Amino acid sequence: MADIVKIVIDGREIEACAGATVLEAALSAGIYIPNLCHHPDLEPYGGCRLCIVEIAGMRGLPTACTTRVTDGMTVKTYGGELDRVRRDTLQLIMANHPSDCLSCAKNQRCELQKVTAYLGVTERTMARTMPEQEVDDSNPFFTLDRNYCILCGRCTRTCAEIVGVGAIELMGRGDQTRVGVFGDKTLMESDCRSCGECMARCPVGALRPKVNVVPAYEVLTTCPYCAVGCSIYLGMRDGRLVSARGNKDGGANRGMLCVKGRFGATEFVQHPDRLTTPLIRGDNGQQPADWDSVLDLVAARFKSYAPDEVAVVPSSRTTNEDVYVAQKLARAALRTNNIDNCARL
Amino acid sequence: MNLEALRRSAEQEWQALNHPSRPQILIGQATCGEAAGAGAVRRSVLDTLARLGIAADVHSTGCLGTCYCEPLVDIIKPGAPRISYHSMTPEKVSSLLEDYLVKDNPCPDLALGVWGEARGGIPALLDHSMLKSQVRIALRNAGVIVPDNLLHYLARGGYKGLERALSMSPDAVIAEIEKSGLRGRGGAGFPTGAKWKLCRKSRSVPKYVICNADEGDPGAFMDRDLLESDPHAVLEGILVGAFAIGASHGVIYIRAEYPLAIRRLESAIADLHRHNLLGDNILGSGFDFNLSIVMGAGVFVCGEGTALTASIMGRRGMPRTRPPFSSEAGLWGKPTSINNVETWACVSAVMLNGAEWFASYGTEKSRGTKTFSLAGKVRRTGLIEVPMGMSLEQIIFGIGGGIPYDKKFKAVQTGGPAGGCIPAEKLHLPVDYEALKKAGSFMGSGGMIVLDEDNCIVETARYFLSFIVDESCGKCVPCRLGTRQLLDTLTCITRGSGTAADIDKVLGLGRSIIASSLCGLGQGAPQPCLTTIDYFRDEYDEHICDHICRAGECRALVAYAILKDRCGGCGICRRSCPSDAISGERGRAHVIDVDKCSKCGNCLEVCSVKFSAVARVPAGKG
Repeated sequence: MADIVKIVIDGREIEACAGATVLEAALSAGIYIPNLCHHPDLEPYGGCRLCIVEIAGMRGLPTACTTRVTDGMTVKTYGGELDRVRRDTLQLIMANHPSDCLSCAKNQRCELQKVTAYLGVTERTMARTMPEQEVDDSNPFFTLDRNYCILCGRCTRTCAEIVGVGAIELMGRGDQTRVGVFGDKTLMESDCRSCGECMARCPVGALRPKVNVVPAYEVLTTCPYCAVGCSIYLGMRDGRLVSARGNKDGGANRGMLCVKGRFGATEFVQHPDRLTTPLIRGDNGQQPADWDSVLDLVAARFKSYAPDEVAVVPSSRTTNEDVYVAQKLARAALRTNNIDNCARL
Repeated sequence: MNLEALRRSAEQEWQALNHPSRPQILIGQATCGEAAGAGAVRRSVLDTLARLGIAADVHSTGCLGTCYCEPLVDIIKPGAPRISYHSMTPEKVSSLLEDYLVKDNPCPDLALGVWGEARGGIPALLDHSMLKSQVRIALRNAGVIVPDNLLHYLARGGYKGLERALSMSPDAVIAEIEKSGLRGRGGAGFPTGAKWKLCRKSRSVPKYVICNADEGDPGAFMDRDLLESDPHAVLEGILVGAFAIGASHGVIYIRAEYPLAIRRLESAIADLHRHNLLGDNILGSGFDFNLSIVMGAGVFVCGEGTALTASIMGRRGMPRTRPPFSSEAGLWGKPTSINNVETWACVSAVMLNGAEWFASYGTEKSRGTKTFSLAGKVRRTGLIEVPMGMSLEQIIFGIGGGIPYDKKFKAVQTGGPAGGCIPAEKLHLPVDYEALKKAGSFMGSGGMIVLDEDNCIVETARYFLSFIVDESCGKCVPCRLGTRQLLDTLTCITRGSGTAADIDKVLGLGRSIIASSLCGLGQGAPQPCLTTIDYFRDEYDEHICDHICRAGECRALVAYAILKDRCGGCGICRRSCPSDAISGERGRAHVIDVDKCSKCGNCLEVCSVKFSAVARVPAGKG
């Protein structure tokens, strides 16, 4: 168990884990400090400069996301110069961010909206400085729209720190900085695996899914696509699967999904070509059948073979647990070691 | 060959250069010399020697710092002292060689000075107004020795500092550096000894030393000149530092735009390996150290320590928040001491001559000397080194010789793009870390750009901002977007479309950028505009309210007109106009078509010689 330190934030004494950042300590105590580049899965970055605070005994306005707590630390998160500087920073971002919130994919889930609301900013005071940016529409699952991008670097850091691919990186310098791929090509021409982890962490509408339907409710399940067993929330609406997101508490994936789980599961589960009932091949081709007659038929046929004349290969869509049971069936019931699987997508 | 034997041959080599049996010719071929035409001068020297049938040795030396009168050629004739000649051209040097080497006429009119006592009508070099008040410690060998020749460096006391360090304990070496009062010459002025101590204390291994040679301030060329003129002074410092810290590997991070400096470093490093001054068991002391060169890709912000280490590790050159400091977790997460080129050169001098000697120069808090690249509107531009505490006035008017063409001094910009403009009334300020900071500027790495009455102060601030806008790494919002807002606002002012509210906007946003930027680049970025608004508010107001640029530099605010009664109709302005904006018959007054005029000012310049009939006038409101 981590050591606990006591710190004071805006006059409230709170307990925090030693080694936590001031921002983590504040957020977990329910105290909001505006932030955009911070993400709990990522290393501290200090890019958006919105989480500036005053800390007794420290010079200037350190960022809460990069400062570690120490016992007895006294932190002030708002008021006076802090508010003025933070508003200027927000105005700089807003000056170059589109204002079509109502039609934006991230409306009401946008973290920039949250910061703006918190600071009570209702109008823009600075002129737009950026020209129209290129939109990368090459990926079939999500769009990279640089016009909405606030360059918090969550996506590029996700790709490097979590996914370990490094397909996207900040390119260029100064206000020409942009999220891009090697050689300034498109996402589809890059090393991108389309896992969408970047998109899942984008605080604004810059990386957004091409199919953007908000579900009526979500169901926690295991991803049906392969045997890894990723814990997944499938979103339902009108009796159909409309969305997928990783479950942070899932032991196998800790919130991550691959391209198949995030963008493929909803599609294949509801695909018209998918078999939803077993078929028996007869003189009239394949005919639908009920499970009992199918299992009777299979069991009868198995009996006509010696154990080593049989091999079992479960489908690639089988879960790890089902593969285990199939293995039991092969070894214990059929008495063969001819068992393999292809559930390693 | 052991070091002792090497020193004996160094002594012989040095004697052979200075008391030669045949003429020795040294050509200043640092990049500044090359830019002034030293390459052609060298070819002319070789041709002339061949034509005259004279056997002589021709060497390439570094830069003496008198860049305004390059190329320099030094001649040492048997039985005569070394004489430096300035402003050489292929023709001049050819006749000089003939006059001096054949006819024994030392041509005093071409000479800059004689090394040693004045002689034969040639003044002593060290009495030269640009050199006499300088104290050259980091630059002790610049322009003196042949930089590619390890023996020359050894003959001048080279690597004695390292030998002394190796005979001491690492802690004693750090104590010596602390006692010298040496502070980081890259600009921030952190005490070097304290930095090393932190690094040494860390238990993590391996440790690294880095030489920061990513010089990038506009108008700054101290590090380049030093590395081109005396690479061993820097290398010896690095060796001493590595020994003191306990580092096993060092990196010289140098910008790729310095090819000559890189070449000289590579050759110097190869020499050190050859003589067991680098590698395993250096000079039998048991100290192992290796050094590599990493070239920067031309990113200004990579001069910042954390961005520099990121760049060495193959990552994008972006600063990160400190702590942890590099001395705890730098290169590859290991304790690293990053010091500037000049700091390393001072380290070797401290170890050679002792801490007291070094500390005897300078002021109480800023010990020793500082190099400056004196540039802009000053008569004698070049690389200088002065004791800390010398006043800006002494530097600009004494060493630099004041403003050319009797123009009026306006300001001096120090500290690079994060520095500030210091006005005439502050010229009494001494150059030390604290005094410059108090005046709103800062020491920086040593760029010093002099502005005269023809420089518009708003345009100057705008120029430095545009540099920052290009060079910001883009990581943090205030620097990436805030500097662009400031630049756009200043651009409006220089175009005559500024408003009174603009000044408040610049002051407010400037304060925010300083308070909230991640690294020194952003934290210093607004300084040029803030200091110029502070000291030259009237010029800003003139631009905004009266649409006047008194320096005439803001093209949108000036127009050119021909004064009818003065114009002699010679047509020189018409012919010099690149926009065909001037018309008129020969012998009759000419006129300028304001719609065509691109306001280049050529007409004003060419006419001033003859009639002074062209005038620069305010462009009128709106």
